[in-house]
Amino acid sequence: MIRHTVGRLVSTVFLAVVLAFFALPMLWLASAPFDDSPTITTSVPEFTLNNFAAILDNPYALGSIRNSLIQGGGAAALVVVLAALAAYALSRVRVPGRDVLLYLLLLLSSVVTGTAAMVPIFELATRLDLIDTHLGVILVVSGGLLPAAIFILKDFMDETPTSYEESARVFGASSLQILRHIVVPLVRPGLATIAVWALASVWGGFLFQFILLRDPDKSPGSVILYTLYTEGGAPKLDLISTFSLLYSLPVVAMYLFVSQRYGFRFHGGIKR
Amino acid sequence: MARPMSAVDAAGLGKGRAVGFVLPALVLIGVFLVFPALWTIYLGLTDYRLTGLAAANPQVVGLDNYTDALRDPRFLGSLWLTVVYVGGSAILGQAGLGFALAWVLRTRTGRLRRVVEGVVLLSWILPSTVVGFLWFALLDRDDGTLNALLNTPGFAWLLDYPLLSIVVFNVWRGTAFSMMLYSAALENVPPSHLETARLAGASVFQQLRDVVLPLIRRHILTNLLLISLWTFNDFTPFVLTGGGPEGRSEILPIYVYNVALRGGELGAGAAISFLILLINLVFALVYLRLLRDRRRREAALTGGPSA
Repeated sequence: MIRHTVGRLVSTVFLAVVLAFFALPMLWLASAPFDDSPTITTSVPEFTLNNFAAILDNPYALGSIRNSLIQGGGAAALVVVLAALAAYALSRVRVPGRDVLLYLLLLLSSVVTGTAAMVPIFELATRLDLIDTHLGVILVVSGGLLPAAIFILKDFMDETPTSYEESARVFGASSLQILRHIVVPLVRPGLATIAVWALASVWGGFLFQFILLRDPDKSPGSVILYTLYTEGGAPKLDLISTFSLLYSLPVVAMYLFVSQRYGFRFHGGIKR
Repeated sequence: MARPMSAVDAAGLGKGRAVGFVLPALVLIGVFLVFPALWTIYLGLTDYRLTGLAAANPQVVGLDNYTDALRDPRFLGSLWLTVVYVGGSAILGQAGLGFALAWVLRTRTGRLRRVVEGVVLLSWILPSTVVGFLWFALLDRDDGTLNALLNTPGFAWLLDYPLLSIVVFNVWRGTAFSMMLYSAALENVPPSHLETARLAGASVFQQLRDVVLPLIRRHILTNLLLISLWTFNDFTPFVLTGGGPEGRSEILPIYVYNVALRGGELGAGAAISFLILLINLVFALVYLRLLRDRRRREAALTGGPSA
């Protein structure tokens, strides 16, 4: 009994330390955007929303959020549509070598990372005239996300019964109609998961956006954040903190929505 | 007669249309994933540069880029930094802390558990540049929160301990994945086994070693390989230190960026990229191999395919 109590105490202390470690960097995100920087103390009291006004004045801040939406939304839509089509076909029709193909693609997508493909991706985008375009970012990012998306969606498709499709077919529905009206509603949680996952990885993505976009008018928030420096080279922490907060809110909201709606846990480990 | 047909192709898709459905995805993957990988191999054999003479007319230089890289102390130093970074932040840090959290939280319910899980997850889902600046503010020399807390004004963490800084940063960043994976794995451990072990007088360490470990070995393996692979290719520390000072936190992803795109030596950069790709391949193959062995052993044990 004593051992139990002591163990409980130790674990509570451990959790408190961990909590402090993880919360500490975030405190800044909660306080700094509303805090006065010493340079503008003269006219304003401690609590201020001036930093938000300053962000609105920044020529690139709002536009960069729009760019993030275009790139993230575009990639999410492309990945969901193409992966759903491919996963459906691979789930329903026995193509020889299907499993090998899927494993190879998955292997490739984890091996050919941004780090490993930085140079050829940059070259390819240059020659296809995709530098400084939203389309370039969308295509490059989607290529990397698709294999895993197909793999996960195929699992979802495999679990849906095929009897509905058979009856729909008897009534003369075309395969695209079947896919749209029968299969898609059944696998909606899977599609939502993939969409959120794609959007979140583009939203927070840095490397590809950083090397493919030179023009700050096209850059997403994750890159613009990195440019909020003074002429002297010091980061403008007041602007950065405010923009960080704004930029994080959609991701957090989306995460909360998905975890409420569908749950965000692994069940018995990663699906194979 | 229609039965065996329908089991194979319930929606009446047919081979032709099935190929049509798969093709758009395959084309995109082919152009933006497979092709760049192959191109890396070719570019790595040339002296291609971003600007200048070699940009217009690159020459094939054979394996020079590779021999140069393998002899270059900067590359070898960067490789070593990466090994320390992966070992310290992923294998020891994320996996260790993630398991400890999963183990401790397993018996907890209520608010403390939800808050701890929430904060750990939050650090994982925030956009990476945002996270970079959070740590920038934490470690800042003059106004940093850490210096204020420790009462060490003016201490330059990012300049004096760049590698340690990005290691701790990455532990903070990525522990959530290990925690979630191990939590799920621990749910598969029957509480009665642990109860029996405890009644027999086994210490926590003995319980972990003899009861828990054998049951979740596959999850541990999956986790270690995935987080190593991700950490090995992680570009985020660039936001924090940019590889500096003097290359003391220049892990391989940053090194490639500095050589190829900042330094303009695309050929040499591609060669290093290909070396990274090969190392990734080893990780991935080991992982697939272990999964297969494991499944074969399960099949042999249960006399059939496992559930």
